[in-house]
Amino acid sequence: MNRALKEHTKELVKQNETGKGISEMAQRGKGNAKIKVKDLNLFYGEKQALFGVSLDINEKEVTALIGPSGCGKSTFLRTLNRMNDLIDSVKITGDIIINDENIYTSSDVIKLRTKVGMVFQKPNLFPMSIYDNVAYGPRGQGIKNKKELDKIVEESLRGAAIWDEVKDRLKTSALGLSGGQQQRVCIARAIAMKPDVILMDEPTSALDPISTLKVEELITQMKEDFTIVIVTHNMQQAARISDKTAFFLNGEVVEYDETDNIFSTPKDQRTEDYVTGRFG
Amino acid sequence: MSIPTENKQTENIGKANKRKYFLESVSSKLFMICALLSVITLVLIIGFVFYKGSHPFVVGGYSFIDFLFGTDWVPSEDKFGIFPMIIASIYATIGALIIGVPIGLFTAIFLAEIASTRVAKIISPAIQLLAGIPSVLYGVFGLAIIVPFLQNTFGLAKGQSLIAVILVLAIMMLPTIVTVAETAIRAVPQSYREGSLALGVSHIGTIFRVIVPAAKSGIMTAVVLGLGRAIGETMAVILVAGNSLIVPTSLTDSIRPLTTNIALEMGYAAGTHQEMLFATGIVLFSFILILNFVLAKISAKGGN
Repeated sequence: MNRALKEHTKELVKQNETGKGISEMAQRGKGNAKIKVKDLNLFYGEKQALFGVSLDINEKEVTALIGPSGCGKSTFLRTLNRMNDLIDSVKITGDIIINDENIYTSSDVIKLRTKVGMVFQKPNLFPMSIYDNVAYGPRGQGIKNKKELDKIVEESLRGAAIWDEVKDRLKTSALGLSGGQQQRVCIARAIAMKPDVILMDEPTSALDPISTLKVEELITQMKEDFTIVIVTHNMQQAARISDKTAFFLNGEVVEYDETDNIFSTPKDQRTEDYVTGRFG
Repeated sequence: MSIPTENKQTENIGKANKRKYFLESVSSKLFMICALLSVITLVLIIGFVFYKGSHPFVVGGYSFIDFLFGTDWVPSEDKFGIFPMIIASIYATIGALIIGVPIGLFTAIFLAEIASTRVAKIISPAIQLLAGIPSVLYGVFGLAIIVPFLQNTFGLAKGQSLIAVILVLAIMMLPTIVTVAETAIRAVPQSYREGSLALGVSHIGTIFRVIVPAAKSGIMTAVVLGLGRAIGETMAVILVAGNSLIVPTSLTDSIRPLTTNIALEMGYAAGTHQEMLFATGIVLFSFILILNFVLAKISAKGGN
C-alpha cells in the first residue's frame, strides 16, 4: 500500500514535469474526493440522529450507504443537498465540503441544489407532460430558448436510457408512464440540470425487478459523468453497483471502505453480522 | 345432517336478537327519512318558485324576453324589466372576484406554504370566524366604514355604490376561498415540493410552478364557491348598494342586484308584481345552478 502510494507520487511528479499530468488527472477526476464530510452531527430537536459522521466521497464513483431502517443513512444523504432544511427542528454541526465550498456556511441553497441533484424513493414526477418535467429545472435556470430546451430534454432522456420509450409521447402526461419509466424520467430530470453529484434515496425500492435492473445498469453508466451517492436497503444492489460502501448503524458510520472489502472482508463484527444477514 | 334452510335460521334467532334486528331496520329507515327531508324541501322550494315565477309568462301573457332585457322596473305601471339588476349582479360578482380571488389565494398560499405553524394557527381560525359573522353585520360595517370612506375620498353625493358592494362581497367571499384553497394546497403531495426544491427551484418558484398548478381544481372549486356566496348575498348588499334601478356604467353608480330586488319588495308586493319577484328568483337560481354545474365539472376533472 505504502509502496504503491510512493510510486503513484513519483508518477505524479513525473507527469507534472511533462506538464500535462495534473490537468489530465483533474479532467478525468476519478478517485478525487468530491464531497468531504467532517464530524457531522444532526439533531431532530433534542434527538440526535447522526453522530460524528466523517467520510470522503470520491468523484465519478458510486458510493452506497447501507444499514438497517432508521440508522440515519437517508438523513445523511439529505444533508448533502440540504433537504433537511425543510424540517424546522433540524440542527446540524460539522462541515460538508462540496467543490471546495462548505455548503452549510454558504447560504446559496439554490445553487447547491443545481449542483447536487436528487432522485427520490418513489417516482415524484409533476402532473405535467414528460417534456415539461425534464425541462422544469433548466427553465428554472432561465433557459427559455425552445431549441436549447429540446436539446437538453433529448440528451437527458437519452442519458437516462428512456428516450426511445418516450420520444413519441413527450407531450403526454408523465403520470401515464409505468413506475419504472417514471423513475428513469426522474433521473433524466435530475440529469437535465447537469449536476456534479446525484443523490439517490432507495431509487429502486418501489420498482419491480426488471425495472430495478434497468435503473442499476443506468447508474453504472452514469458514473462516467456523475458522482453518485445511493442509499439502498438491498445489499446485493450495493454489491453490484457501488465502488465504495458505508455501513451506518444508529447514526454512526461503522465502516467505510471499498465495496468488495465491505462484503468479503469486513473489519467490524457488526458490519459482518449485517452483510451476512444476521440482523437488520 | 341436513343443511338448515333460510327459514329455520330465522326461527333460530333468539328473542333478544329479534329486537335488535327490529331496531336496526327502524333506525336505518329513520335516517333515510331525514335524508329525504332535505331533498323534498329542495324540490318544494324549486317547484314553488318556478310555479309562481312562471305564472305571468305562461298565463298572464308577459314576454320572458322583455322581462330579461327590459330596462324599466316600475311595478305600478306594469313594467317588469330586470336587465339592470342582472347586470348589477354580474358586475358586482365579477368585481368581487377580481379583488377577492387574488387576496384569498395569496392568503391560502401563505397559510399552507409560508407561515409557521404557530402563525397559521392564529390566522386560520380568524378567517374561519370571518365566515361565521352574520351577513347583516358586514352590511353595517360597509355602511359605517366603507360608504363614508368612498363618499369622502371620491367626493360622491352617495357612497352606496357598485364599488361598495364589490368591496363588501370581496371580504365576504374571503373565508370560503381561503379555507377551500388552503385545503387544496395542503393536499398537494410533499414529494412534489421536494422534487422541485431538489432541482434548485426557489420556494416561491415551487409554489407557482408546481404546487398551485397541482392544486388547480381545488382552487377553482374555491373560486366557484366564493362566487356562489357573492351572487346570492342579500342582506349586506341591501345596505351598501344604494338600490337605484339603472344599468351601472361606473363603479360609483348606485345599483340594485337581483337578490336585493326580491328582498326589498317582497314584503308588500302582490299579484303579478309578486310573481315577477319569484321570476327574479328563477333567474338568480339559474345562475347558482349553472355555477353548481361548473363546479361538478371541475371536481370531475380533478378526480381524473
